[in-house]
Amino acid sequence: MYNKEELCKYSNNIRKNIVKMIAHAKSGHPGGSLSAVDMITCLYFNVMDINHENVNSIERDRFVLSKGHASPLLYAVLAEKGLIPEEELMTFRQINSRLQGHPNMNYVPGVDMSTGSLGQGISCAVGMAMANKLDENNHRVYVLLGDGECEEGQVWEAAMAAAHYKLDNLCAMIDYNELQIDGSIHDVMDPSPLDKKFEAFGWHVIEIDGHDYDQIEKAFEEAKTVKGCPTLIFAHTTKGKGVSFMENQAGWHGSAPNEEQLKTALEELGGNDHD
Amino acid sequence: MTKMATREAYGIALAELIKENENVVVLDADLTKSTKTIDAKKACPARHFNMGIQEGNMMSTAAGLAASGKIVYASSFAIFAAGRAYEQIRNSIGYPHLNVKICATHAGISVGEDGASHQAIEDLGLMRGIPNMKVFQPCDETETKAIIKAVSEIEGPCYIRLGRGAVEDVFDENYHFECGKGIVLQKGEKVAIVATGLMVQEALKAAKELEFAPTIVNMPSIKPIDEELLIELAKTHDYILTCEEHSIINGLGSAVCETLAPYNLCKIIRLGVQDTFGESGKTSDLLEKYGLNSKFIVNKIHDIIK
Repeated sequence: MYNKEELCKYSNNIRKNIVKMIAHAKSGHPGGSLSAVDMITCLYFNVMDINHENVNSIERDRFVLSKGHASPLLYAVLAEKGLIPEEELMTFRQINSRLQGHPNMNYVPGVDMSTGSLGQGISCAVGMAMANKLDENNHRVYVLLGDGECEEGQVWEAAMAAAHYKLDNLCAMIDYNELQIDGSIHDVMDPSPLDKKFEAFGWHVIEIDGHDYDQIEKAFEEAKTVKGCPTLIFAHTTKGKGVSFMENQAGWHGSAPNEEQLKTALEELGGNDHD
Repeated sequence: MTKMATREAYGIALAELIKENENVVVLDADLTKSTKTIDAKKACPARHFNMGIQEGNMMSTAAGLAASGKIVYASSFAIFAAGRAYEQIRNSIGYPHLNVKICATHAGISVGEDGASHQAIEDLGLMRGIPNMKVFQPCDETETKAIIKAVSEIEGPCYIRLGRGAVEDVFDENYHFECGKGIVLQKGEKVAIVATGLMVQEALKAAKELEFAPTIVNMPSIKPIDEELLIELAKTHDYILTCEEHSIINGLGSAVCETLAPYNLCKIIRLGVQDTFGESGKTSDLLEKYGLNSKFIVNKIHDIIK
């Protein structure tokens, strides 16, 4: 188990790599990658049993990035875990790269499902959890949803199916940063109250601050003890978290920082570099 | 000669397969009695899941199961499988090349009384356009059973197009299915009829009413298609006549045209549903109204060879 200080260090480097790779590619989605860094860092370093030896196997816990546009987050986490080379991150979105704009499971070890079309990843996670039940193993399936993504009807089909089949080995997280491409989720097409909706669909819901490691870890632990239904970690987050000029700005959903903005961002994140 | 719907044969074959192969998992979307996956449910209830009326979720769930090492058979009516869940099939199954067998029943206008909303005439085109996807359409009981078994051993996504109504046997127990191969049922001259699904039986009937013997080919493998056989047919006949219970746009006829276009070897005439929706009615009345029976094959051949 990594302590809070170590998790901070990893998260910080992941954030730096996210902005670097998006700036280098001159395209990508920084806002919703940065908002979920703390949860996914905690998941990969302290919760999931993924490592060098089992990365190519399905005999382990798995993670589906249902909000596939946050691919820089997934790639940066895999690099931080040493599962892909850190220098490869700079090939993101370039021709002949394994690191596609949205993740491809056939190319990258540790990418457990190809995603990008919103709403589909959670259904895939449902299928994985069903397979684990059939195989009577103890592997858990984690899936990260965007809050805007919950406007997709398929999310609710999957939510219904997960509760129906009592998938207590499935843990979904909502990155509740309250912004989507066209603005506030409450203005565009309000999906709230998401916690109450998931509860009504038969899920166990845990509400947390998605940037507080203690709360994140406690939530994952609680989810493991829940029997007979899937768990949702409803995480309040800040879009663009860690880069002040990106925070709470819908405009940073899908735009790349220029060189000067990158410099500013890296300076802000600078303190905890682990090199 | 016995008759059986290809969906019935699917149910029987799948019930066998689910017992034989413990990696097989079956998903259905509230149509188990119609798609006949209920037979597999009876044979092995633990590995049959009813996903309710959620075709999109069913296809992505199938992808998740396949990503966990399962061979997944996912069924609904063709209109909802290929149509409604198209993008889930494309992105969750096709793009990651996952081992899902989409067995779509009630394809074509032969669905009958339910009418145009339930008559998929575009599904071959939708599925054939997805990279990685293989597309098959059996014509009778024996061929269906062979394909359902064969696809369990083909790695990756497959679409199998099945019908609602009973169709006469074409093949006996000596039948052998090979992915990417057509089957010459009768060797003849002038016109090679290349048919798929229930139009195979119509082509055989039509041949008996002609003054000469055409070549008749059953084409169960729409993608990959038998290019070698098509070139051979094109070299040795004046015309190829394609016959399918599908839109003339994007189906078997289109696949044959695309395959032979670079060679300029013979004329290709396409018989199928014109660019129009179907309607309610008895299957036989619909096939007659939409020009999809042996009589229209005979007339078409008379037209083209004068």
